[in-house]
Amino acid sequence: MDIQRLISMANQIGDFYESYPDQSQAQLDIAEHINKFWALSMRKQIAQYVAEQGGAGLHVQVQNAVKAHLKV
Amino acid sequence: MDDIKYSNTHHQHEHSRTNYDDQQDYGTPASQSNAQITLTIDDREITVPEGTSIMRASILAGINVPKLCATDSLEPFGSCRLCVVEIEGRRGYPASCTTPVAEGLKVHTQTPKLADIRRGTMELYISDHPLDCLTCATNGDCELQDMAGAVGLREVRYGYEGENHLKAEKDESNPYFSFDPSKCIVCSRCVRACEETQGTFALTISGRGFGSKVSAGITDFMDSECVSCGACVQACPTATLIEKTVIDHGVPEHSVTTTCAYCGVGCSFNAEMKGEEVIRMTPNKNGGANHGHSCVKGRFAWGYATHKDRITTPMIRKSIQDPWQVVGWDEAINYAASELKRIETSHGKHAIGGITSSRCTNEEVYVTQKLIRAVIGTNNVDTCARVCHSPTGYGLKQTLGESAGTQTFDSVMQSDVIMIIGANPTDGHPVFASQMKRRLREGAKLIIADPREIDLVANSPHIRADYHLNLRPGTNVALISALAHVIVTEGLVKEDFVKERCEWDSFVTWRDFVAKAENSPEALEKELGVKAQTVRDAARLFATGGNGAIYYGLGVTEHSQGSTMVMGIANLAMATGNVGREGVGVNPLRGQNNVQGSCDMGSMPHEYPGYRHVSDEATRALFESAWGRPLSNEPGLRIPNMLDQASEGSFKALYCVGEDIVQSDPNTQHVTHALEQMECVIVQDLFLNETAMFAHVFFPGASFLEKSGTFTNAERRISPVRRVMNPKNGALVNGKHDAGYEDWEITAKLSEALGYDMHYKHASEIMDEIAALTPTFKGVSFKKLDELGSIQWPCNDEAPTGTPTMHIDEFVRGKGKFFITQYVPTTEKVNAKYPLILTTGRILSQYNVGAQTRRTKNVAWHSEDIVEIHPHDAEDRGINDGDWIGIQSRAGETVLRAKLTERVQPGIIYTTFHHPESGANVITTENSDWATNCPEFKVTAVQVTRVNQLSDWQQHYKTFSEAQLAFAGRDLEAAKID
Repeated sequence: MDIQRLISMANQIGDFYESYPDQSQAQLDIAEHINKFWALSMRKQIAQYVAEQGGAGLHVQVQNAVKAHLKV
Repeated sequence: MDDIKYSNTHHQHEHSRTNYDDQQDYGTPASQSNAQITLTIDDREITVPEGTSIMRASILAGINVPKLCATDSLEPFGSCRLCVVEIEGRRGYPASCTTPVAEGLKVHTQTPKLADIRRGTMELYISDHPLDCLTCATNGDCELQDMAGAVGLREVRYGYEGENHLKAEKDESNPYFSFDPSKCIVCSRCVRACEETQGTFALTISGRGFGSKVSAGITDFMDSECVSCGACVQACPTATLIEKTVIDHGVPEHSVTTTCAYCGVGCSFNAEMKGEEVIRMTPNKNGGANHGHSCVKGRFAWGYATHKDRITTPMIRKSIQDPWQVVGWDEAINYAASELKRIETSHGKHAIGGITSSRCTNEEVYVTQKLIRAVIGTNNVDTCARVCHSPTGYGLKQTLGESAGTQTFDSVMQSDVIMIIGANPTDGHPVFASQMKRRLREGAKLIIADPREIDLVANSPHIRADYHLNLRPGTNVALISALAHVIVTEGLVKEDFVKERCEWDSFVTWRDFVAKAENSPEALEKELGVKAQTVRDAARLFATGGNGAIYYGLGVTEHSQGSTMVMGIANLAMATGNVGREGVGVNPLRGQNNVQGSCDMGSMPHEYPGYRHVSDEATRALFESAWGRPLSNEPGLRIPNMLDQASEGSFKALYCVGEDIVQSDPNTQHVTHALEQMECVIVQDLFLNETAMFAHVFFPGASFLEKSGTFTNAERRISPVRRVMNPKNGALVNGKHDAGYEDWEITAKLSEALGYDMHYKHASEIMDEIAALTPTFKGVSFKKLDELGSIQWPCNDEAPTGTPTMHIDEFVRGKGKFFITQYVPTTEKVNAKYPLILTTGRILSQYNVGAQTRRTKNVAWHSEDIVEIHPHDAEDRGINDGDWIGIQSRAGETVLRAKLTERVQPGIIYTTFHHPESGANVITTENSDWATNCPEFKVTAVQVTRVNQLSDWQQHYKTFSEAQLAFAGRDLEAAKID
């Protein structure tokens, strides 16, 4: 899929959790959401983007969630 | 209904005791009183609730009192004087319909004097009534005729020489029913039905005395406020208001109870038949959702089922540039299966997916998701709830624990404050709207949050919203936070409820968040475009006004923060203690008939039936064992993901059952481009819909009249769909169709061709399998549906007859959970190039993509989609009412006719998407909800300009669709209305 589309979808998820006081939990929640609702091919693509291209354009918290908790 | 507890002092009358018959007309409505009254009618002792009329008590006792102006759907009126009785110790001859029972009364319904009065009254009626009974359309189905017989009328002494109404002109303006005033007895049942049942007040009695007549508007029915709901036709005791189909074909000879295939109200109807032909659909008095009421769609707009546009033979083709080839079922099924196998071999199973529609039955949805999961081996199966209520499923599961509304429709009758957010019930859910209007006329308060002035704001008789929060599209979450801010900071939270029922920590986090100054109505006033004081007043009313119920629609879900808003609504309901009893709750008004059901049935790429995630090991093991196939634990692609991947070439095949993604999904050009890239598109539908124009295989489906199954409405009510005629898609033998296949049978045949047998003999066996595998459906069966009429899930050992109200003692998830709802403005922003916001909605007479309603006479009310624009915006652009205007967005451009109205605010335009050539979704974008990918249909930044010709897309569409219709042996004229 167009990586820009995935970036904006992931950032929207990040936006939802941005106001949560416990940001380590928020990181887990962001990853869990993506794990539960994104197909593996989409998860792989975003993980690869973070790993190989530094995740430019992704919110930091989303990058962290992808790096630490994404199931790929 | 058990308002009868009678004993009989005269043993000889024992045989005439009647059980309560829900189709019988008891003359006046049931009393809700708990106090019991015992009286004697014609020597029979009977005990009934206080407030019951003598007429109703009599009929309950098996004594039929003559009546004309009374019917139990309406309050008694006492005008016809046929139901007079004698009461010992009282003077005169009171009307039994308007006289309530009293303890110890001795009533006589048949005496020589009463017989004399009734004959005299009847004689007067008949003296101004044509005596054409034998050729009258209601011959054999006429209360006037019945009563003439009952009272023994033998002669009419007055003759027709004097002034009379016999030459009064018929009003044939309504396409579905005729009004013949010469047959009217001015009983006012139609006028009262229009008021009490429908709440439109379109009819009145004009004139006085002899000149009295039923009158609709200034000229005729079509020119009046009439919404063609049929309540007047239903109420009319004579041939005055009658369905034109009955005039044409005569009185039906048998009747089958089934469920409407239109909106999420899920009305129960009696399909009244002659052989295999539907003569009329009449609302079922015993319908749990509709209680004998209907709207123009369900009551009248069923002619599409036999429309000549129906495609009744399977078709295949290699390329969408080729003409269709009509083939037999086996060839079509085998071709589809071979294509799917080929694509699986060359591109893998994840290159294949399925889409079901909310227009499908539960059983069809279930077998389709089973086919995709068990036979293809992927979870790429989605349903059109993706583009409407998927945020409801997500948001309510998160907060309350179940992806469904919390109430019955009847619950609204206990509501004190009704808040409607982003829904237009009078157009989208008309039969429920009538019930809601009844409650509002009784005095319930009304808060409406909607950018547009919907009818309930100030355009419904005797109803005016206490507060209209006319927020700017896209600011819902700011509004819900502002409402919550007021409730939290002004100490209006029901803390006892929250402490007992909810996760306290989550509440505290939420409370602290909404209490921030940035969430105050004042801070958000400019963003919302609603005065802070109005928001404060509305919040106070909701929190303190008694039972508060929230009803919402796609104006909540179809946003980039749709799921956030659903959670915000649940937060508000929990904080104010408005969950878990009658009169309150969180009530998603589902768009289509089976939105709830298609989600319940596991047609979501991440969930099995009953909302259990595909990664849940126990659930997966259960389904693997039942289906005998290995299943994937990975969530599949959602509809927009399928389309994105198709555009890029990795998603190759689609099985699309009953859905029309080309018309209903956003950014049409993206959708069609995606379909063009696919190698095998299989469409199963009644018509060559917009998606079928991009298909390689067409399976002709069966209409709701041609199959068995169930629909589940917005209140979780599972209702039976019954086959009243054979499917019209059978093989052609000697120019006639054999009995064809129900849609689930087509899916089962495809499954078999793919090497997996589905051994169902009847749709009921599919429901049995669903019940065996789904805890919330454990007690559901066709047999129980036959017994109970309908069942609201959960239906299991604890609730064997279903669950009208959810979360009574505890939430399904245990404790209710609050979520922080940070407002994040949409990225779809207005700017100098696109300075207006387009928002979309529905209209009463048309339904969704219009494939059904456009093929009925409903086009008389809405033959094209138009754009509403505020006069200021129009003036700035030199646009006049009726001008063609071009609407440009970042996604595309289309041209529609303008309507100048102050219903929309300056800066906002509004349209509907019922006609494909309108291209409303050519302009909507792929922006979507963060949690579910539900498209942001409600907010599109646009510019409008006056134009003289159709847009490029529309011109292309015209050429393309004409070619496609020709490929199927049709022409555009054939696609027009009968």
